[in-house]
Amino acid sequence: MAEADIEQPHGHHMDPATEYSSSKLGMWLFLGTEILLFGGLFAAYAIFHARFPEMFYEQHLELNRTMGAINTCVLIFSSLTMAMGVSAIKLGRQKTAAILILITIICGLTFGVIKYFEYSAKFSHHIYPDTSIFFSLYFLMTGLHMIHVFIGLGILAVVFVLTLKGKFDAKYNTPIEMGGLYWHLVDLIWIYLFPLLYLIG
Amino acid sequence: MASHSHSEKHAHITTYKTYLIVWAALMVLTVITVYVSYVDFGTMNVVIAMAVASLKAALVALFFMHLKFEDSITWVFAIFPLGLLFLLITMTFVDTFTRVVVP
Repeated sequence: MAEADIEQPHGHHMDPATEYSSSKLGMWLFLGTEILLFGGLFAAYAIFHARFPEMFYEQHLELNRTMGAINTCVLIFSSLTMAMGVSAIKLGRQKTAAILILITIICGLTFGVIKYFEYSAKFSHHIYPDTSIFFSLYFLMTGLHMIHVFIGLGILAVVFVLTLKGKFDAKYNTPIEMGGLYWHLVDLIWIYLFPLLYLIG
Repeated sequence: MASHSHSEKHAHITTYKTYLIVWAALMVLTVITVYVSYVDFGTMNVVIAMAVASLKAALVALFFMHLKFEDSITWVFAIFPLGLLFLLITMTFVDTFTRVVVP
């Protein structure tokens, strides 16, 4: 694969600095499109919440605040370990970076398991996406977010294996950093979803 | 040499300590959001919730996503979508609530 050549500055079409900064800009551009993808749902939420405030309040009581809060903590903690992992590899600590990425992956999986129990509880109470506008939005927003968690976990799994194989070091670690940016975006979106869905005052 | 300027651009590495402080701040803000949701401020509840969420998002973007130490073009790429998001939400909102015949 072409990526294998990246470690050798010569024989590649761009110098490492240019390659790094274009990767980063491309990633931020992509994250912008992700924000706008969720933006449509946020717009729908804003309008329906403004129109049916009582219904939103009544229905959100069905959600489990404790589970939502635990998941928020799990995801924020995973963002911390991811950020530390990026610092670790930049200091050339491959083993530390691998461990921190692994912890991030475990947190991501924990988030998925908790969400699974939440969805199961909703289904057993006969609450489905077509129950109401609130639950349509709830399942769509958290579902789309969950898909992002799984994609993020896939990326992190690849990055983890490559780190174990010693593909990254203090000089070249762009995939870890870009994978990290994606993971932080997943966290960032959840930071808004949690109060919007679970904590309607 | 190219590789030299490369390592120079990577010069800033955030310390574990900074990340831990940011994480602690995020935890405190999470507790605040949960606490505030139990107090009735009327319509201010959603405003406070969104303000705290935005503060948390800013911490994640600035430190965890390293935006604080990025160059201006990265900032443009990060801020521009927020402008579009603002337009998307406000224009849809204004359109929906100023129609004479509500669909």
